[in-house]
Amino acid sequence: MSHHIVEVKDLRYTYPDGNAALHGVSFRITHGESVAVVGANGAGKSTLLLHLNGCLIPEAGSVRIGDFPLNKKTLHHVRRTVGMIFQDPDDQLFMPLVHDDVAFGPLNLGLPPEEVEQRVNDALATVGASHLKNRPPYRLSGGEKRSVAIASVLSMSPSILVMDEPTSNLDPRGRRQLINLLCTFHHTIIIATHDLDMVLDVCSRTIVLNEGRVLADGPTFDILADDDILDSSRLEKPLRLRVCDFCNRQINAG
Amino acid sequence: MDISSLDLLSYRETPIHRLDPRAKLLTTMAFVVAVVSFDKYALVTLVPFVLYPVVIITVGNLPLGTLLKRMLLAVPFAFFIGIFNPLFDRTVVMEVGSIGISGGWISFASIMMRFSLTVSAALILIATTGMNGICMGLEKMGAPRLFVLQLLFLYRYLFVLTDEALRMSRARSLRSFNEKGKEIGVFARMTGRLLMRTIDRAQRIHQAMLSRGFDGEIRLLRPLHFQPRDAVFVAGWTAFFVLSRIYDLPHLLGKGMLEFIA
Repeated sequence: MSHHIVEVKDLRYTYPDGNAALHGVSFRITHGESVAVVGANGAGKSTLLLHLNGCLIPEAGSVRIGDFPLNKKTLHHVRRTVGMIFQDPDDQLFMPLVHDDVAFGPLNLGLPPEEVEQRVNDALATVGASHLKNRPPYRLSGGEKRSVAIASVLSMSPSILVMDEPTSNLDPRGRRQLINLLCTFHHTIIIATHDLDMVLDVCSRTIVLNEGRVLADGPTFDILADDDILDSSRLEKPLRLRVCDFCNRQINAG
Repeated sequence: MDISSLDLLSYRETPIHRLDPRAKLLTTMAFVVAVVSFDKYALVTLVPFVLYPVVIITVGNLPLGTLLKRMLLAVPFAFFIGIFNPLFDRTVVMEVGSIGISGGWISFASIMMRFSLTVSAALILIATTGMNGICMGLEKMGAPRLFVLQLLFLYRYLFVLTDEALRMSRARSLRSFNEKGKEIGVFARMTGRLLMRTIDRAQRIHQAMLSRGFDGEIRLLRPLHFQPRDAVFVAGWTAFFVLSRIYDLPHLLGKGMLEFIA
């Protein structure tokens, strides 16, 4: 199915204040892939993500979502295809009740009320948040907010999910639940994150950004085991791939 | 947050809570208009209006203490508006025993009375309907959509914004010693910073809305049903307010009693 494809070609973007964020980024993500976009702070991850559903329009280069090049005319279609989950759930959940928030997208798509209701229930059930339906978002815990934010995007049944730092601010159990949830998705998933341990569990492919360029792009395991790549992009090997220096010290001391 | 505790009360299930928001909105408006429209020395004639908050609080099972505390917050405003009346208006209009009571004191009491009535009506409206219900009702009654949306967003982000302001103020006080760091200039810069953050957040929220197909119109999936009982509620109370406004009920009642005894 070609509409799950994300193709970025020589994408460049400079912010109005003169800060150049992307200097020619290219990659192609095919149907059902789960891809991590990693890199240091300011490497251009968020800027890249904002291009994927048209919050930013490419200045130079191109973004293709499925059969459509991203431009002002295809914006509506692209936003239907790409579900974007923002880093701060408080930005995403702006409606008075959880139910309204999850129904916001489907209602904007012009679906009939019964269908909207069905989708809201399904989406909330998927993320395990059915019981929160009639609560105001500001009364939820961080983990609950994150689940609802994901549901608010799932209810639009996007083919591609884009997430910015989904595991930030979650407690370990919440993080684990989120990882399990993400593993059950069959969407094309693109995640920008610093949580490389999560990347190991969820993403089969990793793209490393460094100063607005793609530094490396390949199978997650190969990239996260490569000290040179990690070092030059200000990253650290995920704990599970390290020889435990703490245990070693204990053994040596004993 | 403290403000939201009132809103939480609106999730209760009582006959009052089940009424259509529009019914409660209309009744509250009628109540406020009626109370405000009395002349400035009205005091005893206002007494029948106490019935409305008393009935709603009782039937709506609202905690009196919580409501009173909220009311106290607003007391200073009314107090300072009214407190100069006794100074300017010294004509004695009434004598209790040998003490003359000036018109100023009566109008001051009237202001405080009206203040308590109208503020309690507003608080009761929030506690039985909730901010969202009120906004929905306003929208259905034809209030401009933009205005209703502003109100909804204001309420939604009030908590986020106060949290942010609180964190900034905490960060400042942790690094301020003695009187250093508490100057007005620092305060001004913090306010500016808060404004910048708010604009940034507004931008992100707008992006999140656009990402989910926002096209300028907010659609809500919540039908309101104005039922016969809502009409009865509005009509009954409004009739009572109008009667109490036109006729001096306590006076009539007193006269009736006297005649009855005689």
